[in-house]
Formats: sequence, C-alpha cells, structure tokens
Amino acid sequence: MSVPDTSLRKPAVSIAARQALPARRPGRWIATAVVLVLAAMFAHTLVVNPNFQWSVVGHYFGTSLVLSGLLRTVEITVISMLVGIVLGALIAVMRLSSTAVVAGAGWAYVWIFRSVPLLVQLLVWYNLAALYPKLSIGIPFGPAFLHVDANHAITPFVAAVLGLGLHEAAYMAEIIRGGILGVDAGQSEAAEALGMSRMLTLRRVVLPQALRLIIPPTGNETISTLKGSSLVSVLSMADLLYSVQIVYSRTFQTIPLLLVACLWYLVVTSVLGVGQYYLERYVGRGNSRSGRGARPRGSGLVSLLRLRAPRRGTSLAVGTR
Amino acid sequence: MTRDTPPERSGPMVSVDGVHKAFGPIEVLRGVTLSARAGEVVCLIGPSGSGKSTLLRCINHLEHIDGGEITVDGQLVGYRRQPDGRLRERTPREVAHRRTQIGMVFQQFNLFGHLTVLQNVIEAPTRVRKVDRKEATAQALALLDRVGLGDKCDARPRQLSGGQQQRVAIARALAMHPTVMLFDEPTSALDPELVGEVLDVMRGLAGEGMTMIVATHEMGFAHEVADQVVFLDGGVIVESGPPKQVLDQPARQRTRQFLASISDRAPGDGATAAVRP
Repeated sequence: MSVPDTSLRKPAVSIAARQALPARRPGRWIATAVVLVLAAMFAHTLVVNPNFQWSVVGHYFGTSLVLSGLLRTVEITVISMLVGIVLGALIAVMRLSSTAVVAGAGWAYVWIFRSVPLLVQLLVWYNLAALYPKLSIGIPFGPAFLHVDANHAITPFVAAVLGLGLHEAAYMAEIIRGGILGVDAGQSEAAEALGMSRMLTLRRVVLPQALRLIIPPTGNETISTLKGSSLVSVLSMADLLYSVQIVYSRTFQTIPLLLVACLWYLVVTSVLGVGQYYLERYVGRGNSRSGRGARPRGSGLVSLLRLRAPRRGTSLAVGTR
Repeated sequence: MTRDTPPERSGPMVSVDGVHKAFGPIEVLRGVTLSARAGEVVCLIGPSGSGKSTLLRCINHLEHIDGGEITVDGQLVGYRRQPDGRLRERTPREVAHRRTQIGMVFQQFNLFGHLTVLQNVIEAPTRVRKVDRKEATAQALALLDRVGLGDKCDARPRQLSGGQQQRVAIARALAMHPTVMLFDEPTSALDPELVGEVLDVMRGLAGEGMTMIVATHEMGFAHEVADQVVFLDGGVIVESGPPKQVLDQPARQRTRQFLASISDRAPGDGATAAVRP
C-alpha cells in the first residue's frame, strides 16, 4: 500500500467498470417465487376457509380450562425431563463403566426402554397394579419395611411421569454418553495427572465440556417430550390435548380446538428454542478464538429471526485511496 | 521456584526397575531399568513406538505395569507391596494422591478448554490440595509471569498459540509443587518457530534443580541440558549415559543409525553433532 500502484492511478478505467460481480443465479429467483406463491396460497386459505372458525379459536385460546391443561403439559414435560436427565446421566456412567455387569445393565436398560413404544410404556405403568398389587421396600428376598398399595401410588400423573421419564432416560443416556466420549481423552488424562480424582475429573473437566455436545440434542429431546406428553391424554390426564378434547366432545368444534392446542404447542416449542439458543451460546464459550460464546449454528428459529443482509449487496472495495 | 529437597538423599528420585508393559500381545516395555537422582535431567530419545511415552505414563501410573517396579522419591506410585512381596495396585483415590508430586506435560498440551488460563492453573491446587483461592491465584500469577504469560490470565486456551499453551501447561503442572516433572514430547506438536520458547522455560526449570524426565526429539536440547541421555528402541534401553557419550560417540550401531536418521530429517538441528556412520 505504501508504494502506490501506478496502474490504479490511470483514470482510463472507471471504478464501476472494475467491480467484480457475483455469478447470476436465476434458480434463486424461481425458487423464491415458488415459495412465495405457496405461502400466499396458505395464507389465503387460512383467511378464506370458514371451517377454521378463528373466532372460536380466539374464544378458547385463553380459557382457564385450556390454560390449566397447558400448565399440566409443561409440568409433566419438565418433571419427565428432570427424571430423564438425572437417570440418563446415571445410566450413561454405568454404560461407560469398566465393570462388565454394570455396563451390561446400562445397555439392557437402553435396549428395553428405547424399544417399547412410549404409548405402550405409559399403559403398562398405568396398569402396574394388575402386575404388582402391593409395592414394598425392604431387604432383597428378606422382610419388607414399607408397603404401598399400587392402585393408590400409581396415579395417572405418576404413571405419566414414570412412562415419559424412564423412556426419556434411555435416550438421554445415549446423548450424555456420546457427549462424554466426545471430550478428548487427553482432558481427563491431564486432570488425573494433576492428582484429580475420577469424580472430580468428571465433574469439573469432562462434563462441562461434554455439555456443549449434550445441550443441542437435549433441546430436541425436550421438544419431543413436550409433544410426547400429549399421549398421556389416554390416561385421562387433563393435559393440553385432553383439555381441548373435553371441550370439542361437547361442542363438536373439533378443528378450532385442535388449532388452539397446535398454537400453544407452537408457542411453548418456540420459547424452548429461544432458551436453547442462549444456553448453547453459554456452554459454547471458550470454543471460539474471540473468547466470547460462539453463535450456535443452524438453530432454526433464531436464524430465521436474524436474517442477515444478503451477500450480493456487498461489492469488492476497489483499492484504498 | 525453588525446590525444597533435602540436599542429602539416599536413593534416586525416580527409579524404574525391570519394568514390563504390554498392550495386548504387543510388548511395549521389555525390562526397562533407569534412575534419576534429584535435580537430574534425563532425556529419553528413540524412534516413535520405542516406548518413551509409555514409560513416562507408567511413572505416574496413567498406565499400569505388568512387572517390575517404579518408585518416585522412594515410594511406589501406583502400587503397594503385599505381605507376600508382590505388588497390588492401589485404589484410584490413593493413586490420585500420589500423583500430586509428579507433574506431567503432554505433547498435545491438554489444557482444559472451558477454563481460562488462570483457572487452568488454579484448578488442581484449589480442588485437590485445597489451597485457599486467593493464595492459589497469587501463586498462579507468579508462575504465569515466570513462563512469560502474565498478561494472558483471562485468555482461553484456544486463543493462544501452541507454544503459549504449552507454557501454560508447564505452569499448571508446577502449581502442584511437584518433585518430579515428566515431559512427553513437549515440543513435537509445535510449529518450529515456537519450539524455542518452550525449551527456554524447560531449560530454566532444569537450571533451578527440578528433576526432569523428558521424552524428546530435540537433540540440541538433550545435548545441552541432559545429565543423562537414554536411547530406547523396541521397548529396551539400547544405550544410556552422558549426552556427550550417547549423542557424540554412541557405542551401538542402532544408536548411530537413529541419530543419523534424525540429522537427515532435520539438518543443523541445534548443537548435535550426530555421527554419521
């Protein structure tokens, strides 16, 4: 730059003529047009088709029955995820154990609870009393200290949380195990060489770094559990879906009430998506050279919210004058 | 940092006696015996796969051994002696406790990626030795100053060059006040222009009387700093002695071959006058 290039000084070629232009991409225009037409058709039918009964949707959207169902759904989702994460972490550690029987038990758990459909698991837990009328705590093969009547203990809520939580634990176990294995072995070696115990190494060195790998799929699992919780309507649990079903079985306004449920599921999923974005940014810190958290890539909703300026608008700067 | 080792010492600081180690059917160490007195620098040289790294990892019990015994400061590291004279592996907790006196520096640095430089250095002192956080921080700052990185406390490992990361790793190991430092090819993963800064730190450490066992391909460093050079090949010690002897006048044909192959690859590598056959 200090020695000016004489060729740039020649006024013969104007700056505009020296601009480097991007390739023409007619396919983009066609694709954009197709998508916009389809979107317009969809918007049109939402407005024009009277069967949507938007006024009914609006009427029931905020009713206390629907809101209490929503609360139940969120409650079941949160508790099931907590059960899933805690139990999943335990099973992940079991599967990584060097003791064959312990590792085998972890494997068997994942095998069974991942293989049986969630709906079937929910029904089995709900009907546990038929299998074990009395639940007791005591010495194995010895006397028992505490008896509980299974019919009383396994309420629909308990069955729902057990079914969803234990099912989720199998998936979380695999996610957490993958996360732990994804942390370079050198990290735990360095920790152990410093005299850190295995527990301390896992807690302070491995898990914090595994989180970066564990959080994104856990977000998916939370959404999947939220949606899976609609299955508990078969246990007559007044969750979001069951609540709208109560209404439309009475009023026969099936579609608008299902729309109420759809919209609420959309809202909760969106909130979860935003939360996941910030959580990922937090655990991703230390992973970028700038030192601040790396922006997680491909986080659908948020990337939609943050449309970047199109790249075609930028042209190459010509020289520095 | 000065080491508070009593000047009068009966045995060696590190003693490796007839150690055998196999990974499945492959015997990596086949009866290795060596010792390092307090304050001595021992350089392990040899082709890759010769057992240098494995030997270092056995010394702080990152690998268990199949036979023989290893003591540091007169004590067995990963084992205790049973009444019948055989060795029994200690519990992980006991091993962890014994490792605190042995510092280790890895080829790939292995800094904790989620922690800052300062947090990397104070993690083990505060969590394992239960040093007060303030005290640990002050000590860490002094150590980081010493390796020339006092201004990088809040950086994360990824923001540092390889040479800087390795210097932090050395500071992190020193923060536990080890009596012995093990270096596993500490400069092999570095760009050539960054090797010097790490070797300088190690040179300083040796000058202060730290007992060091260093697996390395830096013949110049070995020549200049080592009290003892040990040439390993195929899991046995082929030749050992003062650097002038092993590096300049090797007695064994295999040693000469190895040194020649090294000097072919890196001509003019430091002060080494590798003898060509």
